Amino acid sequence: MENPTKKPNTRGILDWFDPRGRRVGGWGFILNRLTAIGLTVYLYLHLIMLGKLAQGPEAYDSFIAFAKQPLIMFGEMLVIIGGLYHGLNGVRIALNSFGVGVPAQKQLLYGVLGLTLVGSLIFGLRMFATH
Amino acid sequence: MSEEKWTVNFVVYRKKGEGAPHYQTFTLEVSPEEYVIDGVERIWAFHDRSLVFAHACHHSTCGACGMRVNGVEKLTCITRIRDVTSNGGTLRIEPLRNFPVISDLVVDMSRLYVGMDKVHAPAVHPLSMAPLEGEGIKPPREVPMDDGKEYLRLADCIECGLCISACPVAGTAEEYLGPAVLAAAQLQGLGRAPDLTAVVDCVDGVWRCHSAYECTAVCPSSVDPGWRIMDLRRQVLAQRIRRWFGGA
Ligand code: HEM
Ligand code: SF4
Ligand code: FES
Repeated sequence: MENPTKKPNTRGILDWFDPRGRRVGGWGFILNRLTAIGLTVYLYLHLIMLGKLAQGPEAYDSFIAFAKQPLIMFGEMLVIIGGLYHGLNGVRIALNSFGVGVPAQKQLLYGVLGLTLVGSLIFGLRMFATH
Repeated sequence: MSEEKWTVNFVVYRKKGEGAPHYQTFTLEVSPEEYVIDGVERIWAFHDRSLVFAHACHHSTCGACGMRVNGVEKLTCITRIRDVTSNGGTLRIEPLRNFPVISDLVVDMSRLYVGMDKVHAPAVHPLSMAPLEGEGIKPPREVPMDDGKEYLRLADCIECGLCISACPVAGTAEEYLGPAVLAAAQLQGLGRAPDLTAVVDCVDGVWRCHSAYECTAVCPSSVDPGWRIMDLRRQVLAQRIRRWFGGA
């Protein structure tokens, strides 16, 4: 049969992020990719912020004062949650890539989520206690 | 079979030639014990003879009837309607993803077969290698044997393509060999088939996988391609480490 278009049937990058019909491993991948993008965006924001240091103490201090509003603190919380998840899941994927623990990938992912939750709670409590 | 009857809306993906895809709804009376392919066949038989779909064996052997049923890859000949919808419910029937659509529910699976050829596990063998009398069966290359010296099948892979459809990155990486092909390479083993290293140790080989394990989740034949990809990575890494230490 003649094939009219050779283009694969895909929605491109939308299919990376569509959780419908996917299972535990697929959700793990989606979260990893989202947190990876989030961390990369944050890295640039962070570098811009550090750039304030070069503009002298006043610029930096006023930025720090600005950063104490709830919205920014919420954003920092997201960075911690995302960073913990991405890093711990990175260890899971690295182990799997050495052939270690693949049949337990689901349980490992639940472990990653559990550690992320615990780590985020500890960080969150300390952040709100010190501010 | 029970007398129970369900009314189910089959929402079927339609696409002809260069035309835009659309969905067409067919409301059928079915027994919940029937399989999804039965409904699709009935649509073709009684409602629309232009519906294009594929099947052959009706018992999970040929791998032709793969479709997306409510967004999940299924062999429709072994997917009971009771297990995927409810009375009055909907069944969204779509072609596999990540392959070009030829017409309606049929896709061009060349991508999978070309990959199988690359790892010397062709889906179709030349007639000369398939003696019809059964004697002197000679695999095209050394195929692993189990302890009883029986040839192992290609890990039971039926080349249905469900794994490529389920893979979240196969759509944006058209050259990716994909789970079934990497599984076929893993089964032979890089020790036994060292020439496969060059085929699989590349961006569109084992390193394209992002460990979503969706292939393993949908595989109807217990191939566990996700595990096999990771094991192939382990083999590639072991080879590299041996080479760093001056090994062969
Ligand atoms: C804690 C340390 C980290 C570890 C162990 C880690 C580990 C990994 C691993 C194993 C992957 C591959 C995932 C896959 O195969 O899909 C990955 C992807 C990625 N990481 Fe990290 N990572 C870390 C920190 C970071 C940070 C701080 C950033 C950004 C600033 C980052 C950005 C990315 C990006 C953009 C990707 C590609 C995402 C994708 O392909 O889906 N990572 N990381
Ligand atoms: S590995 Fe499984 S899902 Fe993939 S083509 Fe083979 S039988 Fe189908
Ligand atoms: S018709 Fe052969 S596998 Fe379904």
